[in-house]
Amino acid sequence: MMEIKDIIKPENLVYGKSNLLVDTISHYCPGCTHGVVHKLMAELIDEMGLQEKTVGVAPVGCAVFAYNYIEIDWQEAAHGRAPAVATGIVRLNPGKFVFTYQGDGDLASIGAAEILHACNRGENILVVFINNGIYGMTGGQMAPTSLENMVTSTTPFGRDSERNGYPMKMTELVAQLPGTSYVTRQSAQTAATVRKCKRALKKGIQNVLEKKGTSFVEVVSTCNSGWKMTPVQANKWMEENMFPYYPLGDLKDSKKGESVSKN
Amino acid sequence: MAKVRGAVVVAKEGCKGCGLCVEACPECVLSLNREVNSRGYHYSYMENPEACIGCANCGVVCPDTCIEIYRVRLQ
Ligand SMILES: Cc1ncc(C[n+]2csc(CCOP(=O)(O)OP(=O)(O)O)c2C)c(N)n1
Ligand code: SF4
Ligand code: SF4
Ligand code: SF4
Ligand SMILES: [Mg+2]
Repeated sequence: MMEIKDIIKPENLVYGKSNLLVDTISHYCPGCTHGVVHKLMAELIDEMGLQEKTVGVAPVGCAVFAYNYIEIDWQEAAHGRAPAVATGIVRLNPGKFVFTYQGDGDLASIGAAEILHACNRGENILVVFINNGIYGMTGGQMAPTSLENMVTSTTPFGRDSERNGYPMKMTELVAQLPGTSYVTRQSAQTAATVRKCKRALKKGIQNVLEKKGTSFVEVVSTCNSGWKMTPVQANKWMEENMFPYYPLGDLKDSKKGESVSKN
Repeated sequence: MAKVRGAVVVAKEGCKGCGLCVEACPECVLSLNREVNSRGYHYSYMENPEACIGCANCGVVCPDTCIEIYRVRLQ
């Protein structure tokens, strides 16, 4: 019988921390989806040899400190303005790979104008959109993406769409714009969905490298602290409640100027 | 006998005890320790090490990337 110490040897290593992930303990809550998606971006930028070429634009929200965790160039943007900042960076440095990383409060609320216009112009950037249906950072307030009847700190009796508006499907909106090329909705709660999400992010990066216009990858996510659940319960709640309203899959696969949408 | 064997190393101090790896393991290898690390988290560990097949599911779902996975093929 083989002993554990004979298995744990450098030559048998099949999975570990990406070289581009800073060796530190993040500020994220236990079980937060942000950590998983940071890891995927670090792995892809490393595997695709893009470290020197990449500029990330960090949002305001829990991911405000993203620049502390991945060893690439970063720029922090004012709340919601990451697509505008990324526009400036990529237009002045067309040889760079530029991506924004934004929460749903950042992208769908205060930054709704910036994202729609960047996608409409077809800026050659990747947008990574972490939709956890809430303002995580500030204490769990309602976001434009909060589900109908969802309890948040500002909707203690649940979101009432008559009063608060309907949950915004940003991904469906940007899929209609001719500037976007690849538009998809993913998740990252199981090993299979994390691997699939990685393939989607890779395709988004490739499209940007091929200058096909804006690639937009939504990741339906959890905020277990804001939702007041354990991480495992939050994943289950997401599957049961978020996925029916925010169905997973590709919405568009084309290039800039072609408005072929899959739905 | 299984054709592959695996083993994992959890970075005890980096683990936040979220339990997502425990949930993701198809072989029920992992569990949260009764002991806590220096930051007060019940860190993940191999409770049932013989069962590990090195599939890496636990590492893939870990938001804090604190699991290394090792795998060997048995002849
Ligand atoms: C101009 C401005 N308005 C409001 C805020 C307060 N604020 C900080 S983060 C945030 C929302 C964050 O939510 P989201 O983008 O969904 O990120 P999450 O934390 O959920 O990942 C708000 C409203 C701010 N920092 N700046
Ligand atoms: S508050 Fe929510 S989004 Fe922010 S780190 Fe915690 S779980 Fe993640
Ligand atoms: S590698 Fe696979 S079998 Fe081994 S502990 Fe991780 S999830 Fe379980
Ligand atoms: S998923 Fe990672 S942080 Fe969570 S319990 Fe497992 S090893 Fe610890
Ligand atoms: Mg949010």
